[in-house]
Amino acid sequence: MVDVIVFLIAGAIVLGGALGVIVSSNPVHAALSLIASFFGVAVIFIIQEAHFLALVQVVVYAGAIVVLFLFVIMLLGVDTSENLRVDPLVGQRSLGLVFGGLLLALTLGGLFLSGPGGDEGAVALTGQESVVRPIDDRSQIEQLGEDLFSRNILAFQATALLLTIATVGAVVLVHNRGAEDLVIDEPGLSVE
Amino acid sequence: MELTETWYLVLSALLFSIGAVGLLVRRNPLVMFMCIELMLNAVNISFVTFSNSLRDLAGQTAVFFVLVVAAAEVVVGLSIVVAVMRRSPNATADDVATLKG
Repeated sequence: MVDVIVFLIAGAIVLGGALGVIVSSNPVHAALSLIASFFGVAVIFIIQEAHFLALVQVVVYAGAIVVLFLFVIMLLGVDTSENLRVDPLVGQRSLGLVFGGLLLALTLGGLFLSGPGGDEGAVALTGQESVVRPIDDRSQIEQLGEDLFSRNILAFQATALLLTIATVGAVVLVHNRGAEDLVIDEPGLSVE
Repeated sequence: MELTETWYLVLSALLFSIGAVGLLVRRNPLVMFMCIELMLNAVNISFVTFSNSLRDLAGQTAVFFVLVVAAAEVVVGLSIVVAVMRRSPNATADDVATLKG
């Protein structure tokens, strides 16, 4: 019974934060709602015994990624409210809501209409059963580390390469070559 | 009442749909990136749910890789947003078209 109550509270925080992201007109408020949503997801992970992932969720998502968003918002000075009353493109809102509703209907329909034994489709597609790596009694970090550094070592190295490329790419993109050509609209920042 | 995996999957579907609606409706590129993060988190909830119900660790490992890809995507995406918004501070997603030079 306790886990149901915890789930309902955490789920309300997740969905409320998510709605706050898409309805708030100020990007700073959207980022703060995003933090609330990420904390709710961390609680969901804890209920499902994924304790280490909950920790990583708080540190990486609620910590690093949202702080990166806030840095960019403050750096660009775009923390002004935008007018959400006008629909800039006629029909964009209603079409977006319709597509979102269809997506929700599709996922929920797939969830509730599919009977038991749902992995037959995967077997038909790939020709093999799903690989089971049962969770044993050792600590979760130990098992995750072993899984990451033995079975998934190639993917792990690929992610290392991906992160290096992303870092170098960010430096190249933000590096301000030819700043004298740049038209700066703000008064008081004019290039001498 | 018993907490089954269906509850988590319904929550995941709702969160994914909210993220998708936000991505389609909003025009501020920063908020659009936040909506992509919401959708990735919805998928992470599904991964952890299946990992827990099947007692299989592969789902939790997949969450790690989603995390890395999300971080890389945010870094590159935000630097593109910085590059565009430095020229015109009120840029919307349409103004990314100026990148084609």
